[in-house]
Parts: sequence; C-alpha cells; structure tokens
Amino acid sequence: MAGKGSESASNFDEMKQPDGGVRPAYADYCGWLDEQDAAWLKRKSSEADDSFRRTGITFNVYGEDEAEERLIPFDMVPRIITAAEWRKLSRGIEQRVRALNSFLYDLYHRQEIIRAGRVPERLFRGNDAWLQNMVGFTPPGGIYTHIVGIDLVRTGPDEFFVLEDNARTPSGVSYMLENRETMMSMFPDLFSQVPVETVSNYPRRLARSLAASAPPGCAHGKGGKPRVAVLTPGIYNSAYFEHAFLADQMGAELVEGSDLRVIDGLVQMRTTRGYAPVDVLYRRVDDDYLDPLTFEPESVLGVPGIMDVYRAGKITIANAPGTGICDDKAIYSFMPEIVEFYTGEKPLLPNVQTWRCADDDSLAYVLDNLSDLVVKEVHGSGGYGMLIGPTASKKEIRTFRTKLEANPQNYIAQPTLSLSTCPIYTKKGLSPRHVDLRPFVLFSPDGIEITPGGLTRVALKKGSLVVNSSQGGGTKDTWVLKD
Amino acid sequence: MLGRTANGLFWMFRYLERAENTARLLEAGLRMALTRDVTTAQEEWRSVIATLGLQAQYEAANDGYDGISTWNFILRDKANPANVRAMFGAVRTNARLARIEISGDVWEAVNESWMKLDRMLSRPVGQGAVGEVVATIRRAGMRVHGALDGSMLRDEAYHFARAGTFVERGESTARILDMKYFLLLPSLSYVGSSLDTGQWDQVLRSVAGSRVYSWLNAGQIDARGIVEFLVLDDRFPRSLAFCRGAVSTNLAALARMNGAEVSCHELMLNADNIMKDLTVDDIFDRGLHEFLVDFMNRNAAIGDAIAEDYRFLA
Repeated sequence: MAGKGSESASNFDEMKQPDGGVRPAYADYCGWLDEQDAAWLKRKSSEADDSFRRTGITFNVYGEDEAEERLIPFDMVPRIITAAEWRKLSRGIEQRVRALNSFLYDLYHRQEIIRAGRVPERLFRGNDAWLQNMVGFTPPGGIYTHIVGIDLVRTGPDEFFVLEDNARTPSGVSYMLENRETMMSMFPDLFSQVPVETVSNYPRRLARSLAASAPPGCAHGKGGKPRVAVLTPGIYNSAYFEHAFLADQMGAELVEGSDLRVIDGLVQMRTTRGYAPVDVLYRRVDDDYLDPLTFEPESVLGVPGIMDVYRAGKITIANAPGTGICDDKAIYSFMPEIVEFYTGEKPLLPNVQTWRCADDDSLAYVLDNLSDLVVKEVHGSGGYGMLIGPTASKKEIRTFRTKLEANPQNYIAQPTLSLSTCPIYTKKGLSPRHVDLRPFVLFSPDGIEITPGGLTRVALKKGSLVVNSSQGGGTKDTWVLKD
Repeated sequence: MLGRTANGLFWMFRYLERAENTARLLEAGLRMALTRDVTTAQEEWRSVIATLGLQAQYEAANDGYDGISTWNFILRDKANPANVRAMFGAVRTNARLARIEISGDVWEAVNESWMKLDRMLSRPVGQGAVGEVVATIRRAGMRVHGALDGSMLRDEAYHFARAGTFVERGESTARILDMKYFLLLPSLSYVGSSLDTGQWDQVLRSVAGSRVYSWLNAGQIDARGIVEFLVLDDRFPRSLAFCRGAVSTNLAALARMNGAEVSCHELMLNADNIMKDLTVDDIFDRGLHEFLVDFMNRNAAIGDAIAEDYRFLA
C-alpha cells in the first residue's frame, strides 16, 4: 500500500493512462460522461443519498446514546473491469475457494497438510476460530464455505493480489445489488450504451445454492423443496438491513435465535401455525453465539442444541461452523502453500507478500522497517488494530513496537502496496481515490458461481488507504463489461 | 409466517392507527381551543390529555393546560413515553421486524413518513407548525394504508395488519366516546345550547366524522344521533360496528387460511352477537358507559387471543 500523497504517477490509475488517455475499460463510460451536463451531474450526485435513505439501506452505528443509522457513502462513478480481466480473476478466485474448502475438510479430518509439514500445527491449536467439535464431522455435501468474499487489490495492468479471505460471514453483498439498482435508476441511458454483466440474479443464485446444500432427505419447504432461513442477530445488528434484504429477495424466512427451537431432532421455527422444520440455515451470527449448549452459554442469539442436530445431519449451517479459521491472517500467509497442496497448481492469484512475526527472522525485519510496513493483528478485522507505517507518527510507531515485541505471533506485516485508484465524483470534478474489490462466491454441491462484479470499496479521503466503511470508506457500483 | 413477524405486523399497524387517532384528537382540540375563551380552551386540552390517559404524567411535568405544552407533550415530550414521535418510531421498528412480509411500497411509505416526522418532531412544535405536523401524521397513515391496499398479497400478513388496525381503531373510538359519555346522556340534555353542540361536534371531529354526520342528519346534532352513528352505523369506517365487523372478517380469513378456528374466533363470535340487532335504546337502557367498557374489554381480549393463538411470543 502506498503512503501519503500517493496518487502520484507511480499509482495505477484504472481509468487514465499516464499520458492522460482513457484505458479501454472506461472508453465507453468516459464517452458518455463527456456528453453530460456538469450541473445535472452535480444534482444527480446529491440524489443518490436520498434514494438510499428512502430504501433504508443503512447500517447502525452505536454511539453513546442510542443506535444511530448511517449511510455508507455511494460514489456515482463506476469501477469497471473488462471481460478478459474478469475471466482471469474468476479462475483465480475459484481455485482459491476450492483450496480453502479442501483445507477446512483436511483440517477437521486427517490433517494431511500438517503431516506433510506444509503448515505448522500451532496455526490452529489455540486459535479461537478452531472448533474441536467439528473434528471428524463432514458437513452436507462436504461444503464448508458456501458464501465467500475474497478481497482483492490491484497494483498494475495485470497485477491483482488477494488481500484477505472472508469465509466467516462475508457481508456487503446488498451494496453490490443496491448500488447497481441506484445506478440504473439514476442513469438509465448509460446502461443502454455500455454493455454490463448483470448482478441482480445473485439472490436467486444464493437461494438455489443454499437449497442444493441441504442435507439429503431434508426438504420441508414449499413444493417439497428445502426450507431456507436467514438467521440474524436482530434489528439492532449493524448488518440487519442486509439480512432482511437477502431473505426478502430469496423468498426465505428471516429468523432470530428466539424463533428457533430443537423439536423431535430437528431445528424448527415458530410460525403462526406451530413449529416447522428448517433445512438450511444461512446464519449471520458468529460461531460463538450459535449454540449456547456448545459454545457461549450466555448467548441469546443462537439455538440450544442446534449443533447436535447439525452433527446428526438434519440441518445445513452456512457457512459451516469452524470456517472462520480461514479468515485468520496467519493462515492467509500460508495460502500459496495451501493452494498448491490441494490443487496441485501454482496459485493464479498471488498473496500480498507477508512477514509472519512469529518467525524470528521476519520479526527482526519487521521491527527494522516499521515505518515502511503495514502491520496487522492476525485475528483482526474491519481495519482496526493495524499500523500503517508510512502514515503513522513516530509516537504511534513506538507504541506499536512495544505491542509487537510483547506478542509477536499475534501479528503479520505487509509492504505498503501502491494500490490502484479509480476516480470519484467531487464538487471539483473527478479525483482519484484508492479502491479494493470484494467479489462474492457461492459454493454448493452443484458447483461454484461467482457473480460478475462485487463490492468496490473506496477510500474517500485523498491519499487514504483505508476503505472500511466503519472508517470513512465508501462504495461504488462495480461493472464487469460484456465481451 | 413466523409468529414473531406476525406480532411485528400487528403492532406496526396498531401504532400507525394510534398515531393517526392521536393526531385527529389533537386536531379537534386545536379547533376547539381556537374558537373558545381561555378557560374553555384549557378545559378542552385537559379533556384531550385525559382521553389519551395521560393526565397523571402530564400534570407531573406541567403546571397548566395551555395549547403549546399540551401538544408538545402529546407529540414529542420525553416525559410522555407514548408520544407520537415514539409511536412512529415503533411503527418503523416493527416494519423493519416484519420487513420480509411487507411490500417494498409499504416499507418505503413507512420509512419516508418516519424520516419526515422524526425531523419535524426533533424540535419543539410552535403555533405555526402544529397544523402541518398533524396533517403529516394523517397523511402518513393514509399513505401506508394505500400502499398496503395496492401492493400486498391478501395472505396472512395482510390480515394481521388489518386486524391490528381495527382492534386499535375500535378501542380509540370507544375511548373517545367514553370520555364524553356524560355529554351524550339524553337525561342531561342541553340540546340546542351552543356549548353542547360544539362539544358534540368536537367528538365527531376527533373521529373524522363531522362532515359525514352532518350530511347524513341534515345538520341536526343530538346525542342519540351521535351514538347511533359512532356505535352502530356500519357504513362509517371508524364506528364500533364497522371496526368489529372488519376484525371479524380478517379473523375469518385467517381461520380459512389456517384451516382452523381458534380461541379468538370464539371471542369474536360472542362479541358479534352483542352487536347484532342492537339499537340505540338498548345502549342507553343498559348505560352508555357500561356498554363502552364492555366493548373495550372484549376488544382487548380479542387482541390478546390473537397474539396467543398465532404464537406471537415464544
């Protein structure tokens, strides 16, 4: 990642070539943009917020008083990927997701990869995301990672890297869908001029993919199909909008822990006509809260006894409990080995170079180069608990050094990549900002589906590299062009 | 559908109705206060607060009954947990809860109305603004009902929403009548005096029935006529007979869909029987107050039975 004032010529700008010419991906869009009236565009940019507020696409932020609802800022300049680029990316993503799933199966069964000495045992021993009671159990269809979000960054024309794997409970897909809806209602003529792959079938694909993952013989829903339910922590959860949105679009039930109960060996939901079995639970609560009998005894978000039903093969939990270990950044650092071990191929999508501070040599290097590196907690997420060396003050680096030395195995470090930029609309015209990309992957016994597009997060502050919505990031509509 | 979601729908529409009824009561009070002397106006505001069952809370927080204090107390005062702003918050919270059972149109109607009202009620409401606030609350109700009517499948969700609406509306009309019952007793007849005509007109205004009553009765206002209209006229959508009939229809639809009648249907049948062939003389013979209290008790019992029968709570 880049440092201060990073939109220099050394950055890969996705729209413009260094000589000022427009890259092929953006040719049609820029052609359209040049014909638009500047005052009209300005009005349009303020319309977007109103439209999001009306539909209620908000996330909750907990202040001191009461939960307050905010919008994730939306930028109306799309992020555009060519068909050829997307083909390459999706091959790499598919390879990685298959490897992740095989890795999880292996980890909870024979642990061949550890016996082969390719990853150390300490990675999961003592890791909070590791679930002992998944050992020896195979989830229906052998699928652990039903829904995955792979975070990608770009540094050059052909240089894409995986920054993070999100297999625990990846979120943000509702923004992928609503950003497109908003763009289509704001600029209908644009979509008749530029051929863009659709993303709107994601909920249907998700519904199909989840139903295909039901345990054999479990089909209690309408028309003899499996009944799918989305498990939400409730209306005060920051992602509740997304949970309700997906359930609504899929035609699935939206349940809370208090709606579910284990009756006659099945997980059943309290309907107006009595209890009715659920076959597939797309849960948006963490493992720890899933079953108070097995995990967190104080949890009111989960279902007592659900793990017994799960282990008896009477319900599918998506993603499978214990999958969150894949999000660990120490495990991430072994992904090249993991991909090779299970697929027999070189990874098509490289990792960002990563130093594991658990290794003495790496730690020494990291301590010597703190002001050039990004240092992250291995279990951290959301952009918290990290040091961005080039933008940190001397004092921040000193404080971080103390934390790092006290507990080195809790950290990994990466170089500050020169992240690509894509322009955003500002009052003064277009201005480049750093972006990343999270495509969404569905994995069922029927196969892998990757929706052409994804969530583009953008750092709205000039020069900033932090794209997380919790820290001032925004989103863009992401286009994959048709051939 | 889930019992918890049915609960959300039922209460979403109860709160929506409650907010609208409160606004209508307030609007009638406003009109009354404008056309009377100060003492009568104060008495009128006291009566509005009493009809809402807020007398104790109001008097603990305020010294006297002036218009500004009264409507701010009703609309937005934190000392009154049942203020309209909080009610509308409850409408929206319940709509979010039941989000997958309501159409996008209904959700947007609720959400946009809430955004507007919440902004209007974030500051004290002055003399110049109160009329617009009250009109906005009424329009919000109309818009949500319109969206419901025009965009929702007539399935369980629709009937829980409608049942909530009419349980609440019946309760509200009965309570307003009960508060004024002493004015309506023919034995205390002040027929012809301007005070009483005004008071009775105010009752009709509180339930949006003034215009239509005058039209039906050629401008003649009397106690028997008003009771007959508000209790027995099943053409008027805020009368007790209409509300009871509507709940009855919705419960019958639920029974059809579920293939079974349950305890709320039995209570409904008993309640229907009381209304059958009832005349205004029967009501006055029995005592208007006694009749209204019995109506409200049965109404509440039906509401409780719906929650129990359809597993609203774990």
